[in-house]
Amino acid sequence: MYQTTYHRASSVDEAVSLFGKSSEAKFLAGGQTLLPVMKQRLASPSDVIDLGKIKELQGIELSGDTLTIKAGTIYYDIMTNADVKKAIPAIAHLTSVLGDPAVRYRGTIGGSIANNDPAADFPAALLALGATVKTNKRSISAEDFFQGLFTTALEDGEIITAVSFPVPAKAGYEKMRHPASRFALTGVFVAQTKSGEVRVAATGASQSGVMRVPAIEAALKANWSPSAIDGVSISASGLLADIHGTAEYRANLVKVMAQRAVAAAR
Amino acid sequence: MSTVKLTVNGKAVAVDVEDRTLLVQLLRDHLNLTGTHVGCDTSQCGACVVHMDGRAVKSCTMLAGQADGASITTIEGIAKGDELHPMQAAFRDNHGLQCGYCTPGMIMSAIDIVHRHGGQLDEATVRTELEGNICRCTGYHNIVKAVLDAAGRMKVSQAAE
Repeated sequence: MYQTTYHRASSVDEAVSLFGKSSEAKFLAGGQTLLPVMKQRLASPSDVIDLGKIKELQGIELSGDTLTIKAGTIYYDIMTNADVKKAIPAIAHLTSVLGDPAVRYRGTIGGSIANNDPAADFPAALLALGATVKTNKRSISAEDFFQGLFTTALEDGEIITAVSFPVPAKAGYEKMRHPASRFALTGVFVAQTKSGEVRVAATGASQSGVMRVPAIEAALKANWSPSAIDGVSISASGLLADIHGTAEYRANLVKVMAQRAVAAAR
Repeated sequence: MSTVKLTVNGKAVAVDVEDRTLLVQLLRDHLNLTGTHVGCDTSQCGACVVHMDGRAVKSCTMLAGQADGASITTIEGIAKGDELHPMQAAFRDNHGLQCGYCTPGMIMSAIDIVHRHGGQLDEATVRTELEGNICRCTGYHNIVKAVLDAAGRMKVSQAAE
């Protein structure tokens, strides 16, 4: 790791002010991605601003039909939270298959979506559930927030403070886990909103990061069952291909994971 | 340079380190606690697992500064004098190690698993929950046996306390 200067911020305002005073600063949430990347010398921030001890970024609230998870909440706390399990059990499940136990004690929802890894789990949940990303400056819809590989709508010095999820009628998430990295080789989040809309998002599949899957949405809108997806054909064009799986393999996984997610949805 | 103040195995310490120092480097290079290992250095193998405020974390994936004010327990801190921790004893009795490289991390993760699940532990749970710890010798069979054995022993010793 290259030299850097470590700061611990005690409030969002202090973090923003520290960011403004540095030349090439990075915010540090749980560090489960940023630190490995720094160790590989693929990132060399002049300053690292730790958000991990900011109290206003911690916590989970269920209010009416909205589940709000503050950005600094670790995966373990999301996975074990009674409100999450009650309101959107698919999010508790997603968190339980994310990383490994030690990673789940450190990694945060805010860190995951700010990084927007094309194979990360949470972007699929946000997109399928129509979540809203709250920052210290504004509210951004999930559609507008995710802008391709490792790219988001966040501006320099902007900090995610929370994510608000509308509670769906039903939702499910299933993924094919990469056995070593535990990222999604492909993962699909399906949701039926309380107004009857069907939204489906896939991660780990597209070269442009998390994506909606309109063909599966249409099939499920007509008939919410795994078999409704049997006849859907997913094009391999624009899908990721690497040593772990071809684009055609991932296209098939989108279907299979969607079917499993519908079967698991509650 | 910064001074990091933390409690390690029950003892308060203050260590001057470069800001880029990882927690595992502070433990090994500055405090000479070399029981915590660095295996992959990419957050995947779990040889570096220690407890921070009672939770099993990968000490190669934390800056030392992030642990400022925390209480850290390493493999050196779990035995009571000459008496092994029940998890250590179970690993020895069940031949849960061969080369021993992964063992400190395995034991620290396994203690955390038992704490989280208490009496609800079965073989499938142990195998799933140990996925962040890689062993290249044993094929995991005896490690899983050791963790299940230790879960029983830890319940008994808790009940006795």
